[in-house]
Amino acid sequence: MSTKVHIQARINGRDTEFLCEPRQSLLEVLRDELHLTGSKEGCNNGNCGACNVIMDGRLVNSCLVLGPEIQGRSITTIEGIASPGALHPLQQKFLEEAALQCGICTPGFIVAAKALLDQTPKPSEHQIRHWLAGNLCRCTGYDKIVRAVLGAAEECGAKSINPA
Amino acid sequence: MIDLDRRFSPIGYLLMKSFDYVAPKTIADVVGLLTVKGDRARVLAGGTDIIVQVREARRDLDLLIDVKAIPELCALSFDRERGLRLGAAVPCYRIYENQEVRRAYPGLIDAVELVGGIQIQSRASVGGNLCNASPAADTIPPLIVYEAVCVIAGPNGTREVPVEKFCTAPGRTVLGKGEFLVQLTLPPPKARSGANYQRFIPRNEMDIAVVGVGVSVTLDASLSRCVAARLALAAVAPTPLLVPEAGAALVDGPITDDLIDKAAALAQAAARPISDMRGDADYRRHLVGVLTKRVLGRAIARAKENG
Repeated sequence: MSTKVHIQARINGRDTEFLCEPRQSLLEVLRDELHLTGSKEGCNNGNCGACNVIMDGRLVNSCLVLGPEIQGRSITTIEGIASPGALHPLQQKFLEEAALQCGICTPGFIVAAKALLDQTPKPSEHQIRHWLAGNLCRCTGYDKIVRAVLGAAEECGAKSINPA
Repeated sequence: MIDLDRRFSPIGYLLMKSFDYVAPKTIADVVGLLTVKGDRARVLAGGTDIIVQVREARRDLDLLIDVKAIPELCALSFDRERGLRLGAAVPCYRIYENQEVRRAYPGLIDAVELVGGIQIQSRASVGGNLCNASPAADTIPPLIVYEAVCVIAGPNGTREVPVEKFCTAPGRTVLGKGEFLVQLTLPPPKARSGANYQRFIPRNEMDIAVVGVGVSVTLDASLSRCVAARLALAAVAPTPLLVPEAGAALVDGPITDDLIDKAAALAQAAARPISDMRGDADYRRHLVGVLTKRVLGRAIARAKENG
């Protein structure tokens, strides 16, 4: 077994230190070392998007990032999407539109959609479908998910015009 | 036999076999490590292929060398006189978000925008796509038609290899012991030139090419003739394939449907496809013809826009 390495990173806005083996993926670090179990393992090979996190502003599959690679970086997981006491509009709309069934893909979809809205606040349906091509849902189907993202985009837009 | 080192984590998923990780800051450090470790070490750029290979025990190694801390590997610069310098670890998104590169090399942009999904494009690099040496790699045909050159560092210094000579077999390249890919250089685009890459997959996104075709053309002042043309194929041979005879046919007369049909037929003749789960050989050969005509149409239109 190789030596554990000491890593410092910013995770969901908080400076975090941990030890990990080089062979541990970021997903394994999040779940096993930091006990942030919102990010899910689906395919573990970069096809399904269930483990999606935002790394320095870019959407990535955490199963395809090694723990040591996040030294000095900033990571947002599904646990960092809501504000204290209030769901993010994406989370709220996923509930309202019933855009989930078993829920395994949901954190990945919400994180992916968050990354989309961060860079494209008013995406078209086509842009949403293209962006979410790297996320797989095997029970609900995609229409409700796309509707939830469209609804959330609208709500985020309304909020930025009339901040509460 | 059960490999005790390759085990399941406490909550159930397959852990990778142990290896060490280093992120050197210089090319010389990488060459030194690769020279000592040989096949037991591998370069890590975006990780979208190598991590999967290690996890699935398709590749056994002791050391991953992360090259993303080396400035040369992360360089992306375009100059009208000197062309494009593309660090081997530059991820796809940095290429397609660069407006100068978008204008100068649209055929490369076609490919980097369709590698994987957004998540993969955040990490996967063109250099990594090349070194992984898949016959179906989407970014290699555009590199070939743009006459890209591989800048390779090794124990005896730096050498350059034309990209069409880089892959030698599925998963194998010309890289020798201690060598690794540092950069790709692409010559500046010529006036009245255009390029295009298209692949066929049975769905819209996130799939591996059944066939991929890239082409570049440079037109004469009348915009009715090609003065230079290159055509490259993916997923129809053990390596991505330059088809010089198709390029030669395209400069042999004014651009007509007949000329394009002739180039398509030569591309089909050069293809040596296998039959597998993605398509049988006849189907692939048919697709080479269809896609060659489509990419030529698009590349010629782009060349006229540059005229």
